[in-house]
Amino acid sequence: MGAPAAGHLGWGAIASLLSRRLVVVMGKGGVGKTTVSAALGLVAARAGKRTIVAEVARRGDVASAFDRDDAEPFAETEIAPGLFHISIDPQDALDEYLRDQLPSGPVAQILIRSRVFGLIAAATPGMRELLTVGKLWELALLDRRTPGADAYDLVVVDAPATGHGVALLSAPRTFAAAAGAGPVARQGTIIDATLSDPKQTAVVAVAKAEELAVTETGALREALRASMNLALERVVANALDADRFSAREAKLLEPHAEHPAVARALRGHQSALRQRTQLTRLRKLTGQAPARLSLHPGGPDLERLADELESQLDVRA
Amino acid sequence: MTGVAERLQGKRICIVAGSGGVGKTTASAALALGLAASGKRVAVVTIDPARRLADSLGLEELGNEPRQVERALLESHGVQLHEGGELWAMMLDPKATFDDLVTSLAPDDTTREDVLDNRIYAQLSSAIAGSQEFTAVAKLYDLDRDGGFDAIVLDTPPSRNALDFLDAPDRISDFFDSKALKLFAVPTSIATKIMSRGTSVVFAILKRLTGVDLLDDVSVLFRSLGGLIDGFRERAAAVKALLGDPATTFLIVTSPEREPVAEAIFFRGKLREARMPFGGLIVNRAAILDEGEHDDPKAVRTQLGERLGGPLAAKVAAGFADLQRLAARDAESIARLKAELDEPEPIVVPRLDGDVQDIEGLLALYRHLSAS
Repeated sequence: MGAPAAGHLGWGAIASLLSRRLVVVMGKGGVGKTTVSAALGLVAARAGKRTIVAEVARRGDVASAFDRDDAEPFAETEIAPGLFHISIDPQDALDEYLRDQLPSGPVAQILIRSRVFGLIAAATPGMRELLTVGKLWELALLDRRTPGADAYDLVVVDAPATGHGVALLSAPRTFAAAAGAGPVARQGTIIDATLSDPKQTAVVAVAKAEELAVTETGALREALRASMNLALERVVANALDADRFSAREAKLLEPHAEHPAVARALRGHQSALRQRTQLTRLRKLTGQAPARLSLHPGGPDLERLADELESQLDVRA
Repeated sequence: MTGVAERLQGKRICIVAGSGGVGKTTASAALALGLAASGKRVAVVTIDPARRLADSLGLEELGNEPRQVERALLESHGVQLHEGGELWAMMLDPKATFDDLVTSLAPDDTTREDVLDNRIYAQLSSAIAGSQEFTAVAKLYDLDRDGGFDAIVLDTPPSRNALDFLDAPDRISDFFDSKALKLFAVPTSIATKIMSRGTSVVFAILKRLTGVDLLDDVSVLFRSLGGLIDGFRERAAAVKALLGDPATTFLIVTSPEREPVAEAIFFRGKLREARMPFGGLIVNRAAILDEGEHDDPKAVRTQLGERLGGPLAAKVAAGFADLQRLAARDAESIARLKAELDEPEPIVVPRLDGDVQDIEGLLALYRHLSAS
């Protein structure tokens, strides 16, 4: 028949996600943002994209997810073929920015060393977030400002927990509006143009099938729309328990509940039912079917998670 | 084994630390509920906007001052409070706490208003790294001094960097001792006149870069804060002393997953370095095998094959095998935690069916915390 295979359509969806400059992974604390960011980075690298996973104010968790605890967290480090990692430090970002903006080296040096400057910069509303997001933007530039740095095809951002994450994305906009004039305000406007352009930036929300995490994902969708006019590109339900039994099968199991494995199966079924309820809520609150990632009983296996993401992100229904 | 109540014997302040999403808030509330049931007057201080926790405790909302949970409500859910037992709950509002602190330390009304109305002041709480943590311990100090509580349970901010929490009093002291502040605080000194030229260059460049003219705001704020230096320094010292008090202890909560475990180990190290007391480890949501759950999944499949039919038996066996793998991973995490935290008997709470979201759930959780 003439109709394309479902996989084809789906590959379009995943290719569309990977065609952005920035994919920002957001969600409540503890839902597995870092793992999903790393797996997403792996998906992109497999697709031949030179990709960097950027963590915000962390200590190199992405690197340790790849068993690379030795990696220098605050530098761009290759942790798998075609896949890089960096942890963003606002102080480093400030130094870099000053070096970039103030051509005369010594003046920049004096400013960088000046404690007064650091304090005042830190006290400037939104400055910390602006510097962080400015670095993310710089990583995503085709023509990098960091001397000698190569361009990336994609930057995956492992963002801080929901509230801070939204504040981070909207910092350039807020700052530009507050400052009104000057180079930073101009820059804020430029950065915001990238972040709020759905062709260049996509937000992926990660949730677990638990009440609080689902509620927070709904709140995230609203907050993003209100502050950035951005939609959630995709929603990922992470660490799902296997949903093994139909209602009929559960009925068949009931008479054998004295067997420990059957008792566990029945408890697992109850938990799967609760999970289904939360997944339904998640779909309603976000207006889309979430991609589903399973809980890996032996600990997250990134290659397998990347496989799951590839096939799950394909299906848009 | 030792339950949580025994571990907290003689402790007045219990600080619950751990990474985000491991169940800190719930564990803190359960702990407070259990202590109240045993006859103590307890306050639980949370930082998360724990809407559902407030609901389940019958409180409209949690505010920056403790509110008492109705005894009748607790009793209707099967919680009998021993004589003297009271449960209070509050949600920390860092900004309001900082405002209160400024109000209580300001030498006069003008200074207070100058600080509170300042444009920069609003940002100050995020500007001084660790100030959310500082307000948390400052609040703790107030509650401990004035609240008349037998025990206070503090659910710490969802900060990834445990260090911020322990360092908070020092950072605040440093800030108030910093040259920058003194520069503005004592505007007549000769040193200021010499340095102010450099400072105005800094402001000029900052203004050029950011388009924000902060000079007036910053100097007014810093000058006003100058009047608070001594008060803040004293308070920071008192708060620091409270963190190291023999009646204070830290509980670390973790789930058996990789990142929270790493965080717990990191935090324990920081406690050790800072010579802060460590009261114990809670491993939450662990997969634990009961007796009779160690059978080989293949054997289980054979056993059940006749009764359930091959395909269904295979599914049951697959679930059983997953459970055993999960339990093995969690046991490994627990062993690692025991070794790295030097904690031979962590309190292990099994994965409970469903979210803990009501008083019954908190009570069930407390039973696990005590029974370990």
